[in-house]
Amino acid sequence: MKIKNLLSVLFAVVIASAAAAKTVELLNVSYDPTRELYTEFNQAFAAHWKAKTGDDVNIKQSHGGSGKQARAVIDGLQADVVTLALAGDVDALHTVGRLIPADWQRRLPHDSAPYTSTIVFLVRAGNPKGIKDWDDLTKPGVAVITPNPKTSGGAQWNYLAAWEYARRKLGGDEQAKTFVRALYKNVPVLDSGARGSTTTFVQRGIGDVFISWENEAFLALKEFGADKFQIVVPSLSILAQPTVTVVDKVVKKKGTAEIAEAYLGYLYTEEGQDIAGRNFYRPAASEAAKAKYAGSFPQVELFTIDAAFGGWTKAKQAHFADGGTFDQIYQN
Amino acid sequence: MSLFGKRRNVLPGFGLSLGFTLAYLGLIVLIPLSAAFIKASGLSAADFWAAVTSPRVVASYKLSFGVSLLAALVNAVFGGILAWVLVRYTFPGRRMVDALVDLPFALPTAVAGIALATIYAAPTAVAPGGWVGSWLNPIWVDGITQLAELVPWIDWQGWLGGKLAFDRPGVFLALTFVGLPFVVRTLQPVLQELEPELEEAAATLGANRWQTMTRVIFPELLPALITGFALAFARALGEYGSVVFIAGNMPMHSEITPLLIITKLEQYDYRGATAIAVVMLVASFVLLLLINLLQKWSRRYYRV
Repeated sequence: MKIKNLLSVLFAVVIASAAAAKTVELLNVSYDPTRELYTEFNQAFAAHWKAKTGDDVNIKQSHGGSGKQARAVIDGLQADVVTLALAGDVDALHTVGRLIPADWQRRLPHDSAPYTSTIVFLVRAGNPKGIKDWDDLTKPGVAVITPNPKTSGGAQWNYLAAWEYARRKLGGDEQAKTFVRALYKNVPVLDSGARGSTTTFVQRGIGDVFISWENEAFLALKEFGADKFQIVVPSLSILAQPTVTVVDKVVKKKGTAEIAEAYLGYLYTEEGQDIAGRNFYRPAASEAAKAKYAGSFPQVELFTIDAAFGGWTKAKQAHFADGGTFDQIYQN
Repeated sequence: MSLFGKRRNVLPGFGLSLGFTLAYLGLIVLIPLSAAFIKASGLSAADFWAAVTSPRVVASYKLSFGVSLLAALVNAVFGGILAWVLVRYTFPGRRMVDALVDLPFALPTAVAGIALATIYAAPTAVAPGGWVGSWLNPIWVDGITQLAELVPWIDWQGWLGGKLAFDRPGVFLALTFVGLPFVVRTLQPVLQELEPELEEAAATLGANRWQTMTRVIFPELLPALITGFALAFARALGEYGSVVFIAGNMPMHSEITPLLIITKLEQYDYRGATAIAVVMLVASFVLLLLINLLQKWSRRYYRV
């Protein structure tokens, strides 16, 4: 009897001490250019979680081309949350992997996109080729750097932005295809992800203009010097909405649902929004953050993928699936 | 009885060792490969055919098989010379050179690809270009331009590539790099075994040096040379890591087949990816079988 009591006391002590010093592990699978954003955000969230619950949280990050990252999660990478470049890639977690429910995008405010971005041009200092708008990218003698839209989420935004610009200016889808074909004739290297293209343009010095995420362009200016590059804003661009979600099946298995939801929820708080703005993402939720960073983002007319292309499923089918327009422009 | 019954091998243990060999081969080679076939068999015949004959895929076959063949041939010639030099001559630093040959085996292929791309990069308005690319690329561009003027009805730039790195020559450079050790390492032991007495005998029988080379030494080396060539070729066909960094990856022009397999995977088209893989497997198997037969034939032809 005594021994049994002693054991149960011991057991309780072990449990209690484990509970007191709990460390939760969280894996956030994200896309290429968000490294800096989430490094800062993770620290802020860990401090917030510690203050709130007393638990330590150890957040691991994984970065890569958005499509590749989605596939890794589908193939078994144990991501608690994904923060990918586009809703189409998160959608695959439902359609291919059955890891999340169909209505995932309605679970968080602003279509599960806590921050937005857009597509701009990065050119060499002094803009020697005189790049002003999308038309200039199709001119002979201009070398354009953009990743392969088959593998890069960012490149799909680029492609669709160019398409919509041409459709509005030239009048139809056929004209847009001709325009995009001329643009890709000017592309000398197709990297598989956004960071690879940044390296090609910045380190190797290839190309006159780099079609880039707005945040990636600002980051290049910050890292490599405003004396080497400058940003050119086209007359029309696309509202890029990188989306986030909890991966239901994984958090259920790991028992991390509560903290994973808190993690994503924190993106929508004043502090989360401020960090996004500081890292050159446009805050979507907080009016205060929007006002604070309004001056640092260029004014540009933005269209949404839903309005112009009827959503990601349709856009992917028409443009990036096998036999879609991207295949067609290279085949004849 | 025993005359018509089981034929007995002089060496014991045949049954056990064959059983072990088959089990091992099955576990390491056949099971993973059959998984590819099973996955691909989920496609209907029409879908399979559509997946493996789309223009982009066909263009990649031509590039992958063509450049792999070319790289293996170049490796056969220069790897052969290298092996000859390493075995037949002594010179300071020979051991160093010998060790260098194995580096492409050991180096992670991505490192090789990035290094090659950096070295062969062309000079641009804002970057000086790589060590080699800064002077060799202009020569290449010049050469292509002159060829195009001389023989304008052939699309030289389309076939050979308009620049070194990030174009077709880059694919060739990467594949030559990864294939080199195979030829050298298969030839070396054969060369070492080759007795100088053979050459001396040929000389005393009145053969000149050229005759000794072509009729005595070369036939002895040919089977090993073909094996080395086949290995280098097979390695080049499957190579992915180094090539994607230096090829430029332009659809219909400088995309290798393994890259298309990866691209299909990233679009969740697992079956389409395995369909292409199956085509590559079968084609490689047939080619390697042919090369093996050729090697057998060369052995018989020259040995008589």
